[in-house]
Amino acid sequence: MTQAEWQSTTTPTTEGAIPGQRKWQDYFTFNTDHKVIGIQYLVTSFIFYMIGGALATAIRTELATPESDLVSPELYNNLLTVHGTVMIFLWIIPAGSGLANYLIPLMVGARDMAFPKMNALAFWMVPPAGLALIGSFFLEAPQAGWTSYPPLSLMTGKVGEGIWIFTLLVLGTSSILGAINFFVTILRMRVPSMGINDMPLFCWSMLAASALILIGTPVLAGALILLAFDLLAGTAFFNPTGGGDPIVYQHMFWFYSHPAVYIMILPLFGAISDILPVHARKPIFGYRAIAYSSLAISFLGLIVWAHHMFTSGTPAWLRMFFMITTMVIAVPTGIKVFGWLATIWGGKIQLNSAMLFAMGFISMFVIGGISGVMVAAVPFDIHVHDTYFIVAHLHYVLFGGSVFGIYSAIYHWFPKMTGRMMNEPLGIVHFVLTFIGMNLTFMPMHELGLLGMNRRIALYDPKFATLNLVCTIGTYILAVSTLPFLANAGWSWISGKKAGNNPWRALTFEWMTTSPPAIENFEQLPVLTSGPYDYGLSKRNPQMEPEESRSNVEAPPGFIPPEEARAGSPEP
Amino acid sequence: MKIPSNILTLLAGVILTLVSLWYGQNHGLLPEAASDEAALVDGLFNSMMTVSIGLFILVQGVLIISAIRFRRRAGDNTDGPPIHGNIPLEIVWTAIPAVIVLVIGVYSFDIYKAMGGFDPQAATDPGITQIAMLPGESVPGLIDSSSQPKPRHAHNHVALGVGAFPEDEGRPADVNVDVMGLQYAWIFTYPDSGVTSGELHIPVNKEVQLNIKAQDVLHAFWLPEFRLKQDAIPGRDTELRFVPRHIGTYPVICAELCGAYHGAMNTKLYVQSQEEYDGWLQEQIASLNDPNQAIAMRAIAPSESRSNAEFLAPFASQMGIDTAALEQLHPQHISMNR
Repeated sequence: MTQAEWQSTTTPTTEGAIPGQRKWQDYFTFNTDHKVIGIQYLVTSFIFYMIGGALATAIRTELATPESDLVSPELYNNLLTVHGTVMIFLWIIPAGSGLANYLIPLMVGARDMAFPKMNALAFWMVPPAGLALIGSFFLEAPQAGWTSYPPLSLMTGKVGEGIWIFTLLVLGTSSILGAINFFVTILRMRVPSMGINDMPLFCWSMLAASALILIGTPVLAGALILLAFDLLAGTAFFNPTGGGDPIVYQHMFWFYSHPAVYIMILPLFGAISDILPVHARKPIFGYRAIAYSSLAISFLGLIVWAHHMFTSGTPAWLRMFFMITTMVIAVPTGIKVFGWLATIWGGKIQLNSAMLFAMGFISMFVIGGISGVMVAAVPFDIHVHDTYFIVAHLHYVLFGGSVFGIYSAIYHWFPKMTGRMMNEPLGIVHFVLTFIGMNLTFMPMHELGLLGMNRRIALYDPKFATLNLVCTIGTYILAVSTLPFLANAGWSWISGKKAGNNPWRALTFEWMTTSPPAIENFEQLPVLTSGPYDYGLSKRNPQMEPEESRSNVEAPPGFIPPEEARAGSPEP
Repeated sequence: MKIPSNILTLLAGVILTLVSLWYGQNHGLLPEAASDEAALVDGLFNSMMTVSIGLFILVQGVLIISAIRFRRRAGDNTDGPPIHGNIPLEIVWTAIPAVIVLVIGVYSFDIYKAMGGFDPQAATDPGITQIAMLPGESVPGLIDSSSQPKPRHAHNHVALGVGAFPEDEGRPADVNVDVMGLQYAWIFTYPDSGVTSGELHIPVNKEVQLNIKAQDVLHAFWLPEFRLKQDAIPGRDTELRFVPRHIGTYPVICAELCGAYHGAMNTKLYVQSQEEYDGWLQEQIASLNDPNQAIAMRAIAPSESRSNAEFLAPFASQMGIDTAALEQLHPQHISMNR
């Protein structure tokens, strides 16, 4: 029986229904509570983030000088391969899953996910896969890059490559199981009073991201299984010495791995859309535009993959097709960015850590988005493909975007997850260090790439030494920047200021239960009395005492703010 | 004195436009443009940079102004105005990016066409041909082709990449060079004369066609000063065709991860005057019969018993690979080539 059926047929009578708090031991077991799983995901992925960050620091230390002097060239390739794989598959994607696990049932007013056991299973696939990948350093680490293009990946060592394929297959399966859960929970388990256009925007973006996972990941699995056959059984699907075609692997790989970028960024688009209105005390600007643009990004994200292959075996018409589709993605993304800017414009912005990271997210992501349109242009991409310009671009999207988004979400929802506030001064120190370190590390890489520095190299032309040194110093600042965060999170979790149910005076369902929520989330399932972003309406009570029953329609009846009245009526 | 806000907005808009236009032309981020193709690409980059800087300043400006002007004052617990959206405004900020990317798209298409991207000889995928032997076992054909000059390349087969300028389509290039990428070197063969070299020499102001192949794994042939790059793919023919405009020495870089010493897979491109180029070519042809050089030529074909370091040694000095990098090529490394 699914959670949905259970919820609609019976009243909870089992021991699970007794409201209460989790013991710390629960977080180390096969627990089916979505909140436990959410925190398990977040903590596990953060540990892998620390490991991936350590690898990045080693890479940048090697690159502090033009000579290849710190690590051997083989080890350097191991480092960059594992760094990329860890950051994508063991940090950003699982961290997004963690947020989704924790928040979706609370946001839609459900008592758990649709398939709680599958949910726990999905989580428990992550640690063994991650340990296998990290452990590969003790046997033989993969060294063909996170893209693992054949024929190189077929020649660099069977053990390391085999472990890499195993890791990705397990993590991909975990990702698919998680996506099914998010999809069903969002579509089937909302409280009856919540229409699809009353959902918090995080749910919309998770819907879009889950669709991408479900469509893309099986293709990656196919590519990896064929690659494993080539590697272990001597077939020649991708091996040109047997008549295979390495370009086919690239198509199959990027058919998943470009959407993977949106799998990594969409959850944070959603989180930011939920965080900005709370701390700006203003409704989200253009709810439907932001909600539906997630779906547009999701669809377009499926038809842009070959822009990673403009200099590869891609015929001219295909280069042009993928150039146009890639550029078109800028339109729905632009809708979101301008919507966010209009949301904070004219608000009453509380510049706390969550808001600083959210605004930093917009600021950094826009740079990555702009350089993204640039590299979509084929003639220019021919120059910068596989250079540090691309490294800069992808880190502005994935670090400036996803990681800033994850930090913002942690600062925002930490009071709900733990019942305690985080320390603000430490949070601001964390933000300032991260912001400076991020720009110092990645901004000079744009210039390096344009000037002619290719990526994935351990030794480089001495004329690039100065800029590389700047990047390395930035990396050290980034490494240090995590310390105030770790101290803050650890200390606040144990003895931070009590948060109360709704410290931010927010309107979404997760703030209408205790902090941390009881085991079944809500003593009584909440009823939707206002839209998720109805800030600024007169005499609204954030504690949600049933005031005179307002309809679920989001638009305030008849209220047109004087400034906007001439431009048009408020959008629902 | 209070200045009306729409005047301030207009002023900000004018300044933003001027700054964008100025920076788009004066960013100084690109290296020398040594070919016509490079000039085309730089024009595209400069226009994109202009638009980008405008957008960048707009977004960052809105964020900073919001953070200052709309920050919550102490003791103010009220909400902001309940503005849920504004359809005309949303249409505007959907339409403007759409128009911008459309214009950039059409412009890029135009540039790509002008560069020769739609040359029928270079625009379609020729498909794969099975390569005969295991990667790294030997270098087939290189010795043969160097001892007997091939007929002039007729430019009649399809190879993916950037082809001739539209006005030169179908015409053979002035100079043909066969480029072979292998771990970790580029080998250049001049089919007209049979000369083989570890460096690329081409005459200035002549149309050059590089026929690019890979021997073992993927490589990418990149000339940063020419803004040209094309992957070298085992079993697939690719090409780059361009006209060098400035005499000089330029780096040739492998841009696709090709193994542990990928970073050392660089060489030099010499763009020379016709006389210098002819002189160099004659010298090379003469040395083909020179016994000392013949030893070096044999070194191109590594046998299983020879390490990569030994194999690369003859090329090391002329390719500018430092000795430290060569020393790192230790014998176990050959095991990667099984």
